[in-house]
Amino acid sequence: MRLTRVKRARAAEAVARAILGASALLVVAAAAFLVLYIAKKGLPGLSWEFLTEVPKNRGREGGIYPALVGTLYVVACTGLFAVPLGVLGGVYLSEYAPKKRSTRIIRLAVANMAGVPSIVYGLFGLAAFVLAAGFGRSIIAASLTLTCMTLPVIVTATEEALRQVPADLRHAALALGASKIRTVLSVVLPAAAPGIVTGVVLGLARAAGETAPILFTGAVFQMRRLPDGLGSQFMALPYHIYTQVTSVPNWNRDLVWGTALVLVASVSAASAAAAIWRSARRRRISW
Amino acid sequence: MTDTLRPSDSRSRGRTALSRAAETFAKGFITATGWLAIVVLAAIAAFLVWNSLRALGEAGLGRIVTGTDWYPTSSPGKFGAAPLIVGSLIVTLVALVVAVPVGLAAAVYLSEFAGRRLKEVSKAVIEFMAAIPSVVYGLVGVALVVPAVKRAFALDSGLTALSGGIVLGVMALPTIVSISEDALHAVPSSLRHASLALGNTRWQTTYKVTVPAASSGIFAAVMLGVGRAIGETMAVLMLTGNAAVMPRSLLESVRTMTGTIAAEMGEVVQGGTHYSVLFVVGLVLFAATFSINLAADLVLEKQRKRWGV
Repeated sequence: MRLTRVKRARAAEAVARAILGASALLVVAAAAFLVLYIAKKGLPGLSWEFLTEVPKNRGREGGIYPALVGTLYVVACTGLFAVPLGVLGGVYLSEYAPKKRSTRIIRLAVANMAGVPSIVYGLFGLAAFVLAAGFGRSIIAASLTLTCMTLPVIVTATEEALRQVPADLRHAALALGASKIRTVLSVVLPAAAPGIVTGVVLGLARAAGETAPILFTGAVFQMRRLPDGLGSQFMALPYHIYTQVTSVPNWNRDLVWGTALVLVASVSAASAAAAIWRSARRRRISW
Repeated sequence: MTDTLRPSDSRSRGRTALSRAAETFAKGFITATGWLAIVVLAAIAAFLVWNSLRALGEAGLGRIVTGTDWYPTSSPGKFGAAPLIVGSLIVTLVALVVAVPVGLAAAVYLSEFAGRRLKEVSKAVIEFMAAIPSVVYGLVGVALVVPAVKRAFALDSGLTALSGGIVLGVMALPTIVSISEDALHAVPSSLRHASLALGNTRWQTTYKVTVPAASSGIFAAVMLGVGRAIGETMAVLMLTGNAAVMPRSLLESVRTMTGTIAAEMGEVVQGGTHYSVLFVVGLVLFAATFSINLAADLVLEKQRKRWGV
């Protein structure tokens, strides 16, 4: 009697392990398949001309140079706003915020901001930045919209990175007579830099791949020249993929997949570089 | 951190007025950026409501939400958003059916059975999946899922609720796996050890002790997955065919709330009724995701407090 119970438990253990393990394997396999599939479909379209020429024949020929540059401009501009605001927001939550109800509400707001649908950010950007602020459809309006989206990522990453800096470092700086802001700027922030940079890169990489927030705030189907300032409209890689697939009959498969590969490769290369740099720095600093 | 650090202690030690002023200014500025999240959320709500007012006055929220005819460009335009809401719900449901069983099983395996090496690899893999832009998921869906659905069910077009839902499910996987794994990981190992010491196997420990202890966090993970799926725009826009009629089966074309805003906002007259109705749809979407996310975050916070992390 007892023996069979043990046997049954062992069998259940084996079956459960197999099913759960297969599920985990399935997730990893899906990701691996995605990488290989995008690479295989995208590689034939890649060439030097593809990266350096303007699109021709509504995007069926030529390259993606203006979209590449447009995405870089918008991401750089987003970083200009989102990095200082996000890092200081994280500094507030970790170093200054009192342990009160109001802080709890701020944390909930940050978490909730991360879950607002990207198309809602697009509507907000249209109403607030394009129309109310009078920026028109432009790099600046799109960047401010993406800044709102990226902010919670950077705030959360900064707060977590700062929390991992041991209190001893702060005490030491304060004991030497440094003011609080000096302690934060010269001691705590540099010590937390690896975590913060990783968060910033992840946030900006996400912004680079977003389509919905830039639909109505400045992205255009085609431009022969490059954007000439913050007030200019722009082409962007993700928007280029979307418009090719949905509004160009007989879209060129090689070129569109090439665009997707460029986008995915640059986004994941940036994230991977940041993660590697972080773990290298972590190994050097030990506490 | 704040309770161990007191800048006021150093202030009494004869700082110069200038540095004290700088300190006050810096503190004020940092506090202001800290409150920015609340300001942005409030601004989003305010702008959505403000731009919805015209449509709410002309048609009323009740008629927009329950109306079943969406002919925004006819005259007079008909703005019944019920097919869009149902479309969003159907696609989300399919996504859940795809993502929840696999996602939870994978999370349980990674947290309770897998070795450290596999854990690290899958963490990187899941981060990669989350980093792929939604428009690329849409493209993969167009190339693979749409033709597969068309062939499997002998349809005229593979642009269906099912195709959108499948891809959406894959997109929701990273959220569900990583958050439920965090929830399982947060369960103190003393609970596991106690159960093992009583003679339970690992699997018995998992389903009798660990999973119940982490259940609220797992629930929150599913909720956040729902929030992501309802709010997803580009992939569904490219995959569901976007017919704005009340769907009767999974194998028909549907149009979601997000897809409607994305497809129509480019062509409307700014300030007109149609423009305003799209903001009402945005407001419904915002209210839905806001409540789902808030509920999930409150559950997660409670769980964190419970295990004292």
